[in-house]
Amino acid sequence: MSNNFFKILRAGVNTTFQDKGRNNLYHIGIPFSGAMDNRNYLLANKLAGNKLDSPVIEFAYQGPLLKFYGDKINIVITGDVVFKLKQQDKEFDGNCYETYQLENEDEINILSTNKSVYGYLAISGTFDLKLQWGSCSINTKANIGSNEGKKLESEQEIKISKLNENINKKKIDYLNSKIENIRIMKGTNFDYFSEKGKKDFLEKEFTVSKLSDRMGMRLEGPKIENIVNTNIKSEGLLKGVIQVPADGNPIIMLSDHGTIGGYPKIAVVASVDYDRLVQISPGSKIKFKEIELSDAETLFKLYEMETQNLLSQI
Amino acid sequence: MIKNISNLGDAALYCDFGTEVNKQINSEVIKYFNSIREKNIRGINNLTPSYNKLIISFDLKVTNFKEIKNEIEKLSESETQKIINKNLEIPVCCDASFSLDIERLEKKLNLNKDEILENFFNQEFFCYMTGFIAGMPFLGDLSEKMRAQRLETPRVKVPKGSVGMTEQFANIYTFESPGGWNIIGNTPLEVFQSSKEEEPNLVNPGDTVKFKQISLEEYKNYNE
Repeated sequence: MSNNFFKILRAGVNTTFQDKGRNNLYHIGIPFSGAMDNRNYLLANKLAGNKLDSPVIEFAYQGPLLKFYGDKINIVITGDVVFKLKQQDKEFDGNCYETYQLENEDEINILSTNKSVYGYLAISGTFDLKLQWGSCSINTKANIGSNEGKKLESEQEIKISKLNENINKKKIDYLNSKIENIRIMKGTNFDYFSEKGKKDFLEKEFTVSKLSDRMGMRLEGPKIENIVNTNIKSEGLLKGVIQVPADGNPIIMLSDHGTIGGYPKIAVVASVDYDRLVQISPGSKIKFKEIELSDAETLFKLYEMETQNLLSQI
Repeated sequence: MIKNISNLGDAALYCDFGTEVNKQINSEVIKYFNSIREKNIRGINNLTPSYNKLIISFDLKVTNFKEIKNEIEKLSESETQKIINKNLEIPVCCDASFSLDIERLEKKLNLNKDEILENFFNQEFFCYMTGFIAGMPFLGDLSEKMRAQRLETPRVKVPKGSVGMTEQFANIYTFESPGGWNIIGNTPLEVFQSSKEEEPNLVNPGDTVKFKQISLEEYKNYNE
């Protein structure tokens, strides 16, 4: 064990360790979890010189204020994030997608995500974390993952078990694109809704509600009228599934979703838009656009190629 | 048999086994679930069996709907025969401090407490599925006279270990969670243990469960 660690001076709103998540546990009631915005997660690890599936710190809205104790370490922030670094007595603004070298007692102050939700902090080293089912990802609803399944708290220490040897400065130019049109495919219960309900769903604007978190994104807008049954026999859920409960307000399942649900599924978000969907902040407007399965597959391939291309530039 | 396979988004198959909820259809779902798990089909990263559906999630980076659909259609009947199950006994204490909704049930079912508990403890349950929250078993079937709807307003916090009833099903809250089921008692047993990675769930689909009533004294001494 190295003597390197961060002290959390301020924890932030929802700061957790995340990685690629855990597979093959839906049947016992455990969702994937993992980093919400996968592209930014991967970029953070690549810039920090880590394996791509390494743990990172994920934060939402306001991030943590951390003080570093130890030898030299590189850190990098990805997302659309405003943050400051304090080294000796000088304080300056940091840029995302650019590594910074911290020395003993330097501080990093993650002030806020800018018109987005999630950001990532990776270090050139290995956090000392307990894995569950091969993943550090914290699921606060089920208390699964590292840190006993709880979000990070002020005054805690984040231990680092190993520092990377090579800590060259790395950076990449990347601008997060924002979207308002979320591409979807019809869900298995699309026909449970009235003609007007279907039309409203596909044509009207919805507002992202404050009651959104890693489990789900709630939407407000026209009430989607159900004409068949407001309940179905409980069945599996996936991230991206859009359920409409009896009150007519759609809910999009996100990475920590319950694995089984009994509300009709009006649609499913195309995988290509998932990373950008989770970054849409409460109060923002979104619209849905229907696409075919074959288009969704092609669009995802292109998105994935773009991600790989970005990673190869680092 | 799978009646229909469709896509649920671009990264999952939705296998429909019918609309009814019964042991026979659910056993078919579980057979498919077990056999797909054993086959280790490339790209499949999650399976969610439920009463009469099986959702198969896959990694769109390595495969697609058409490929997985072909694989599933190739599975023959003989490959889907396997069903593993065990018989479990789960202790439940129905002390007034635990049976939060017994009065509601007395009214809704028009039965008194003794009759409700007698019915509940004398029957055997079948586990249809687990989930919603980690390890929560969905157990059926309660007889017609024992079927009540969910609470009109769900509780914000249902205590861990609570045993609840809704419609034809019973369940166990594996940890504190919001929920709307009618709570009749509490079990001291750990029904979900995340520290046991191999077998975190006490109850799995296909298992049979009998509840055994215990006193408050026995409940308190259970884990000592």
